[in-house]
Amino acid sequence: MSAKEFMEWSSQVFDEVMRASGVKRGVDKITRPIWSWALRNSLFPLHFGIACCALEMAAASAPRWDAERFGFVFRSSPRQCDVLLVNGWITSKLRPDLRRLYEQMPEPKWVVAMGECAISGGPWYDSYNVVQGVDTFIPVDIHIPGCPPRPEAMLDGFLKLQDKIRHSTKGTFLED
Amino acid sequence: MAEMWINMGPQHPMTHGLWNLRVKVDGETIIEAEPVVGYLHRGWEKLTENRTYPQIIPLSDRLCYGASMSWSHLYCLAVEELMGVEVPERAEYIRVIVLELQRIASHLMWIAAYGTDLGLLTGFTYAMRERELFLDLLQSVTGARITYNYPRIGGVRNDLPAEFERDCLRALDFFEKKLDEYELIYDGSKIFLMRTQDVGVLTPSDGMNLGVTGPNLRGSGVKVDLRKTDPYSVYDELEWDMCTHPDCDCYARYRVRMEEMRMSAYIVRQALSKMPPGPFRVKPPRNAPKRTAVARVEDPRGEGLMYVIGDGTDKPYRLKVRSPIFVSVSAVPAILRGYKVADVPAIMGSIDMCLGETDR
Repeated sequence: MSAKEFMEWSSQVFDEVMRASGVKRGVDKITRPIWSWALRNSLFPLHFGIACCALEMAAASAPRWDAERFGFVFRSSPRQCDVLLVNGWITSKLRPDLRRLYEQMPEPKWVVAMGECAISGGPWYDSYNVVQGVDTFIPVDIHIPGCPPRPEAMLDGFLKLQDKIRHSTKGTFLED
Repeated sequence: MAEMWINMGPQHPMTHGLWNLRVKVDGETIIEAEPVVGYLHRGWEKLTENRTYPQIIPLSDRLCYGASMSWSHLYCLAVEELMGVEVPERAEYIRVIVLELQRIASHLMWIAAYGTDLGLLTGFTYAMRERELFLDLLQSVTGARITYNYPRIGGVRNDLPAEFERDCLRALDFFEKKLDEYELIYDGSKIFLMRTQDVGVLTPSDGMNLGVTGPNLRGSGVKVDLRKTDPYSVYDELEWDMCTHPDCDCYARYRVRMEEMRMSAYIVRQALSKMPPGPFRVKPPRNAPKRTAVARVEDPRGEGLMYVIGDGTDKPYRLKVRSPIFVSVSAVPAILRGYKVADVPAIMGSIDMCLGETDR
């Protein structure tokens, strides 16, 4: 048995013992609320302005609404982000890039579709170049309706996302 | 040293909007640049062929969301000329007021974004705070914050609300004091001056040959402003000066926009005091005659133009849009050549990109 094989075997045994003895369940019960609290209070959306709603995104992080008090800090690299905020119409030229951005983000990740265009195509419902809704190629967690939604609506959508995380966080000790 | 291409965009903190700048660098020096636009193309001109004339107004709001009022106003101007509609004088004054308020809001958005580009985050928070004042004013008139749907063919949708004049004057008084504060912040910042002065020089001949318009060209010292040189609406009845700056660099473009905000506040005050009573809207005909019409306005970003062909029905046969930023972005190779990669955010930020109208 090589060293690598031994490591794999021993971790597997450890895993099985922890699961069978109920230790994992006990630890998860304690750590799950902490994990969920940390996740939902430091949501980092991607700084990616597409169209009109990008201005409301900027206004939401400006002094009057100040999204940072809820822990929403906009980051410029997808590798530092939890939330992909899609704020505008998706054209067929942008679609592969957006999909790649989504795949570059590390787990756990959520997608928020902001505005009519990202939800269903909006006023461009009969356009030849607009993808009719971002949920046709990326799973969406929260829809924020409006054209464009006000910053309050955007913050409300993000608070809904926090609720969603609170109710759906999985265990953290030994991957499920 | 080896030359290579760098892609900046479509997701990049430098791009305000959605576009891609490919630069060819030799070490740190840019020797070639190539803008790639079209990420927001939704076939606007084609869509308008399937809409009736009033239905296009909300669409033209979404052409440039930074200055949506001036685009729906431009569309209404073009269709009014096509249909031969005379606009009541009160409507013209209301339009001038909301257009200038929109210009201030748009320039404030630009100042805020430029501050974040150059690491001046205080500028961002201050400018966005004062922008809310003007969005509140526009909201009290139109009911929306960004996409207003306010001008109509033959006037405006509704009259100014009661006590608008009081609120507007109060906001302008407050804003003019704040504008001095911005100048202290921006002009007093050594980093800001070092990153903008003598950077991104656009010579007047280059600017005119490449078709650059608006504050970018006035920053090169060329006296072109359609509100003065080809007056529309009631701009010729008001007294105001064109704002130019002879330096041709990013700092000059910043100065022009600051002066324009001051001048816009001055125009709004005048228009408020001169506004006549009367109707604010006339009923336009449903169908347009078989002919063509052109209208052009001074957008906050440059010269916007619309060309309409009517064919006797209630839908346009063709609607062509000339976008100022689509033309300005073609000047990017000329501006960027010879500067360092680190200057790209300063230079491209000073152009004031708006991709909605560029890609249409």
